[in-house]
Parts: sequence; C-alpha cells; structure tokens
Amino acid sequence: MAYKYLIIGNSAGGIGAAEAIRSVDAEGSLAILSDEPCVAYSRPMITNLLTGQASFNNMVYRSSDFYTENRIETLLGKKVAKLQPSENKVTLDGGEEITYEKLLLATGGTPFIPKMNGLQKKGIHTFTTIKDAEEIRGKIQQQEIGEAVVLGGGLIGLLTAEALVTMGLKVTVVELLDRVLAPLLDPKASAMVREVVERNGIQVVTGRTVTEVLGKDEVTGVQLDDGRWLPCKLFVVAVGVAPNAGLAREAGLKVNRGIAVNSRMETSIPNIYACGDCAELLDFLSGNNRPIPIWPAAYMSGMVAGSNMAKSPKEYDGGVGMNSMHLFGFPVISFGKVNPTDAEGCEVLSKTDEVRGAYRKIVLSGNQIVGAILVEDIDRAGILLGLMRRKVDVSGCKEALIQDDLGLISLPRAVRSRMFEMSVKKNVAK
Amino acid sequence: MKIQINEEFCIGCRLCEVYCLVEHSQSKDIVKAFKREAPRALARVHVEENGPVSFALQCRHCNTPSCVYACLTGAMHKDENGVVLHNPDRCIGCWSCIMVCPFGAITRDERGRKVASKCDLCPGRTTPSCVEHCPNEALTLVAEA
Ligand SMILES: Cc1cc2nc3c(=O)[nH]c(=O)nc-3n(C[C@H](O)[C@H](O)[C@H](O)COP(=O)(O)OP(=O)(O)OC[C@H]3O[C@@H](n4cnc5c(N)ncnc54)[C@H](O)[C@@H]3O)c2cc1C
Ligand code: SF4
Ligand code: SF4
Repeated sequence: MAYKYLIIGNSAGGIGAAEAIRSVDAEGSLAILSDEPCVAYSRPMITNLLTGQASFNNMVYRSSDFYTENRIETLLGKKVAKLQPSENKVTLDGGEEITYEKLLLATGGTPFIPKMNGLQKKGIHTFTTIKDAEEIRGKIQQQEIGEAVVLGGGLIGLLTAEALVTMGLKVTVVELLDRVLAPLLDPKASAMVREVVERNGIQVVTGRTVTEVLGKDEVTGVQLDDGRWLPCKLFVVAVGVAPNAGLAREAGLKVNRGIAVNSRMETSIPNIYACGDCAELLDFLSGNNRPIPIWPAAYMSGMVAGSNMAKSPKEYDGGVGMNSMHLFGFPVISFGKVNPTDAEGCEVLSKTDEVRGAYRKIVLSGNQIVGAILVEDIDRAGILLGLMRRKVDVSGCKEALIQDDLGLISLPRAVRSRMFEMSVKKNVAK
Repeated sequence: MKIQINEEFCIGCRLCEVYCLVEHSQSKDIVKAFKREAPRALARVHVEENGPVSFALQCRHCNTPSCVYACLTGAMHKDENGVVLHNPDRCIGCWSCIMVCPFGAITRDERGRKVASKCDLCPGRTTPSCVEHCPNEALTLVAEA
C-alpha cells in the first residue's frame, strides 16, 4: 500500500491533521491508521463510558460519514511496529508494509506505571482508552468489587475515582505529592477541589505512594510507603502519560521527553511530522518546547502539521497548559503559571468568596497575565486566556480582571475595539 | 457576512437580548416566550454596560475558532458556511470552550443537563434577530473586509 499522506493515530491530533490536509488538498490519497479498532472518539469521555452514562455512539468525535466524505482511508486495528524513514515506509505488526510521501506521528501518550512490587497481578489497570473503560466496567458488573484504589491525584486519577464512586465503589486516591492536582492548581484551589471530592465519598491520601500490590494472582490490596495496607480488588494506576515516542526513537528521530519538532511540526527527519501528546510542543509562555498533553493542543498542532504536509506553510503559535475541570459538577479552570516562585517576582491578584465557594487568582509578570485559576465563577475565562496569549499589557485594568463580572467592557477601549475589528476581517487570527 | 459591533451607537436598551431570546424560544412569541415557556429560552447576545458605555456582544464566528479546536467532543463545529454551531446533544458541559473563547461569548446553560450556549446566527433568517431589532444600528451586518 502507498499513500501520499499517512497518519498514525486516529484521535485529536490525527483528525486535526486530516482536516487541515483536506482543506488544502482534496484529492491526495490519505490514510489514518490506529491500533484502536474504532473511529475517533472523545478520549476524555471514557469516564462516561465507564459509568454507563454514555455509549460509544455518544462519544464519536466526528459524524459517521466523516471518513468517506473526506476520502480518508481507515486502517484500524493495525499497529505500526517499525518506521523506516530512509525508504519512506512503515512496517505493521503482521509484517505488512506501507509507503508514504508524508508521515505524521500522532501516537499520543502511554500511561506511565511507576516501579513497585507485584505489578504482574490481575486487577491492575490504567485508564486512557475505550478498552480500559470497557474492561473495568465489565469487571465491576461481573463481580463484587467493593473497594478500589486509584494511584494518582491528578486530573485523570480524580476523574477515574469520580467514575468509580458514582458506580458505588468505595474509592481511595493515593497521591505522592502533598495535594491533589498539584501542578494545575495552587494549594488553596487544590484544597477546595479536595473538599468537594471528599464530600462526594472519595477518600484522599496525600504524601504517600504504593510500594507493593498485594494478593496471590489477583489484587487483594495495596501496601503504602507508610506501611498502611488498603484492601481493594481494583487498582487503577493513573499517575500520568508519557509521550509515546518509542517508534520515533528507534527510527533515529530526535526525541527528548517527546518527539522534537519545529514550529511547522517537522521532526528531525524529512517528510516525518509529529503532533499532540507524543511531541514536544512550543509553550508560548516559556518559549520552550515540552509535552503539553491536552486535547486542544493536540488538535491545533495536528492542524499545523497537516497544513504543512499539504504544502500550505503554517507555523504553530504555541500552546500552554490549560484545563477545565468539573469534578462532581464543580467548575475549575486553570492555565499557565499558577504557582509562581518568589524568585520569579510575579504579581498575584486574588479574590475569595467564602460563602459561595468561589476563588479567582491571576498571576501577572511585567503587567502581562501569565496564569490564572478560576474556581466556581468560570464564566468568560477565555477573555483572560486571550489577553495572556496576545501578551496584552493589562496595567490599566488589573482591578477589573479579578472581578467575577469581568467582561470586555472592563478592558481599555483600544484593546476591545481591536478585537471587534479583527473579528470581522477575513483570514486573520484574533 | 458578520455582525459588526458599533459601540458608539449602543444605547443599552437590550432589545437585542429580548429578541434573541424570543427567536430561540419554542413559540417565537414575545409574550409566551417570557411568560409561559418553562424553562425560559436563553438570550445568546449579551449587553455589557459600564456607565455611559455599552455594547452588545455575541459569538464572533471566528475564522480560527478556538472553541471548535478545544471542544473535547466535537459538539462545537464550523459549518460549510463558516457559522460556528453548537450541538447540545453532543455537549458534556466540560467548559473547555468557555476556557478558550477570547470574547467570553459562550455561556453555561444549566437549565437542564449542563450544556454550552451561544449565538447561532439565527438559522433560517437572512438577518439575525438582534441586528434586525436594534433601533440604533449598534449591530449591523457587514461583508468580511
Ligand atoms: C480520562 C481522560 C480524561 C482527559 N480529560 C481531558 C480534558 O478534560 N481536557 C484535555 O484537554 N485533555 C484531556 N485528556 C487528554 C486528551 O485526551 C489527550 O491530550 C488527547 O487525546 C491527545 O490526543 P493525541 O491525538 O495526541 O493522542 P491520543 O488521543 O493518545 O491518540 C493516539 C492514538 O494513536 C494510537 N497509536 C499509538 N501508537 C500506535 C502504533 N504504533 N500503531 C498504531 N496506532 C498507534 C493510539 O492507540 C491512539 O489511538 C484526557 C485524557 C484521559 C485519558
Ligand atoms: S464562541 Fe468564541 S471562539 Fe468560538 S467562534 Fe464564537 S467568538 Fe470565536
Ligand atoms: S462544553 Fe460542550 S461545546 Fe464546550 S468544549 Fe465541552 S463538550 Fe464542547
């Protein structure tokens, strides 16, 4: 088989690229390959599949005729075993070979499993795919699980715990750091989320990790590093994902923490591009490249990759860590630098409404927004993110930024007028 | 076509909000929409006001729509005419779109299952209702420059 464009990975990054390719080149042969056997789906929605609140049909990312309408061939349930850049060729698990003119690696992340004893036992899961969700759901339906332990108090860990507790399990989350969602939130917002999570029946243990999985063949419990023993028949490891860059590394592409790319998403080897969770994307705040494993960054870097693959030059203007969380319906948005050190000399604006459980914090550096946390009052958060992205000098409206009724009216007229003006112009980014 | 915001002409009368709500109600009748329909429809245009300054803002239907790129489910999408639309059936109320919209043009619809709510440029109409009912041309239609 031979294709003009071959995309490995049928998720946010791969679809972003395919859509960009088709907006430039309607005809060139295009195939998307994935070892997952299904059409692209909303990966974050696997929690809804686990609880039974969604079926696969509710989770599909694009309409049913998306692939045919866009003349995209799907090679699903197939795994790439090897890249051979010198021959513009990839080899699949069964030995089948596919050649390409342009190749995109949109291979995402792989869940990271820290070293501990007893990892070979049955009943240990990670939680990043449909298959994971189906397996855990099947197990909960088949047997009396009772207790579950989730390792990792990050976003995926807490989402997993939320799903499990909704299904009636008794759930404990074990987090190595001293608080949940540590890099995404500051201590105050983290404590607010922890309170919500605990109020909804999840037990949270911080400052601890699991040293050993107990049980004969199947998990019966886990041992913590303080000697405590937690019984459980289900153990989910959700400490994070690492860029899935093995294929690239073996083929000699430059890989640091993730696959190295330039602003056009080109890797170190000609005709091979990378995007999304497997790559190191430009962080527009720091100016450095690093993994930014979130859905919007995967889609947007994919679009840039696809555009360049189809010879329509485009540069990635960078992403930033940003998350919108809604654990048990409690809305929290955070982005950028939220835990500045004293040495960074940042200015911090904050406001708390104890009665309503609302909190807002904005971090400024040199009169520019560099990060924010919004708890409960999340409306219009994007105004702040937009000011941050465009590096707008906010010295004239700092007080307004922190108010929960923040609007464009709070901004200097010149800033607002320019936004309005640009928004009625063709072909301009905002 | 895009809706242009002419801030200097806005008198803060909020008729755009009223007629947007009516347009998105079931009956499309002003009295029924406000008095009889439960839950009441939501306006998708919002007047911002501060002393003498006011303007009406609705989704700008961006050429590079951050909300579409960030949407985790595909609920937010751009149609073939360049209109950015939202499909509530596919929405999970994750508020990723609210996080990224630089205009703050998306609101939370929490009347039932939580979903996003925004301007759809009034499908089926040639002139959006807010533009049509603005008494002072503070909202006008323009060709993209
Ligand atoms: C439970 C959960 C909740 C999340 N919630 C959020 C959220 O709220 N907000 C947010 O922004 N992000 C969230 N994320 C992260 C988000 O899902 C990822 O950032 C996004 O999916 C990355 O997209 P991607 O296209 O880079 O890779 P992925 O979605 O990881 O897709 C990569 C695909 O490539 C396939 N593949 C890899 N190697 C091969 C190979 N050798 N051969 C064939 N196929 C291969 C994989 O099987 C996979 O299908 C969440 C993730 C999880 C798991
Ligand atoms: S909702 Fe916001 S980001 Fe999306 S198209 Fe409208 S103005 Fe642009
Ligand atoms: S709230 Fe709905 S429309 Fe907005 S990003 Fe989430 S799923 Fe998409």
